[in-house]
Amino acid sequence: MNTVMEEQQNQMPGSAMPDDTPVDLKKVYEDSHIQDVLDQLDRELIGLKPVKSRIREIAALLLVDKLREQVQLSAQSPSLHMSFTGNPGTGKTTVAMRMAEILHRLGYVRQGHIVAVTRDDLVGQYIGHTAPKTREVLKKAMGGVLFIDEAYYLYKPENERDYGAESIEILLQVMENQRDDLVVILAGYKDRMDKFFQSNPGMSSRIAHHIDFPDYTADELLLIAKLMLANLNYRFSQEAENVFAEYIVKRMQMPNFSNARSIRNALDRARLRQASRLFASSGKSLTRADLITIEAEDILASRVFNQPAAE
Amino acid sequence: MKITQGQFSFLPDLTDEQITSQIKYALQNNWAVNVEYTDDPHPRNTYWEMWGMPMFDLKDPAGIMMEVNDCRKTYPNHYIRVTAFDSSRGWETPRMSFIVNRPKDEPGFGLMRQEHNGRSIHYTLRSYATEKPEGSRYG
Repeated sequence: MNTVMEEQQNQMPGSAMPDDTPVDLKKVYEDSHIQDVLDQLDRELIGLKPVKSRIREIAALLLVDKLREQVQLSAQSPSLHMSFTGNPGTGKTTVAMRMAEILHRLGYVRQGHIVAVTRDDLVGQYIGHTAPKTREVLKKAMGGVLFIDEAYYLYKPENERDYGAESIEILLQVMENQRDDLVVILAGYKDRMDKFFQSNPGMSSRIAHHIDFPDYTADELLLIAKLMLANLNYRFSQEAENVFAEYIVKRMQMPNFSNARSIRNALDRARLRQASRLFASSGKSLTRADLITIEAEDILASRVFNQPAAE
Repeated sequence: MKITQGQFSFLPDLTDEQITSQIKYALQNNWAVNVEYTDDPHPRNTYWEMWGMPMFDLKDPAGIMMEVNDCRKTYPNHYIRVTAFDSSRGWETPRMSFIVNRPKDEPGFGLMRQEHNGRSIHYTLRSYATEKPEGSRYG
């Protein structure tokens, strides 16, 4: 065996294996069970086309990197830090959790857990408080994914004594030096994140993947609503579904619309109204179907329908 | 004279890889892990200086290795040990404790004799290192 290897090395100076060494992409792909996660992503996340295709690309890159490693082509472990930008309720946190799972399956993070933090968890309140606080969070996230929500709050340009800068400095240092131990995902609204990256070029250059989350269309939101209800063991009546589609269109025009989160809140309120409707009709005998069905009147009672159309 | 203490004292010094595996074992048991250092090698010196706070709720040994390496950088010629504490009984009990760093040169101990009443003699140990003040004992 050794002599064979030596011969090959003699033929191919500078590389341990000949160029025609067969590689089995399919096997690596199947071994990683990555398709399960990607399928799950397709099933459970409606819309988000650009996000999904980006995740596919990243998964493909990591798989190919693994193969290259097998045939002893040295490759620096890729930088996997990411930034997720998008409006509220577009699924940034959910995707981050999936990302942790994908990276875990591909063996790029060892534990695959996710630590979600905001400014409060990283930045201290007095001098000397920030560094240990940030380091503690970083240590907890090691082997997994550190998800920093609304990351732009870390940097407050109007206050030059703000401790956020110290936190960013430590983050950058660990992001650079311990790439194998930790993946950092920054999330926030698009415009503010852009400003944040502009004022922190060091941060921007250390993040390889900038992923933008688009807003959902009305049709996608209806699908999301049905999926949410199904998870809670509820369903719309046919009429209620039509009314809810109408509700979504109306709600989207109103201020403070935050995509899937608004839908979740609307459904929660509909469940409340359904419960009180069932109480009110206590004379009638109820069936299992009554308990799981949301009727049109549960949704029509919403304030969205009572408001005069904003002209 | 190589000073040994705690777990694995009968083995050669652990490599970083072995230390990482040991810490991993501690974390799998949900034990809190602490890094401590000292330059007083006396066997009865139980309370070492703490390198930061004990670390709770970690998932991966990388964070603790980061602290160990930072401590080594600051105190390359001190004794450094890693201790794992089990809280399942309601108080923190050391379950593991092993040395992860030692001075390059360990001068060892001298035997001290103290004359006592009736020609009796009390014996004790004194490390040659502790003749110098704290912080300047090893190189």
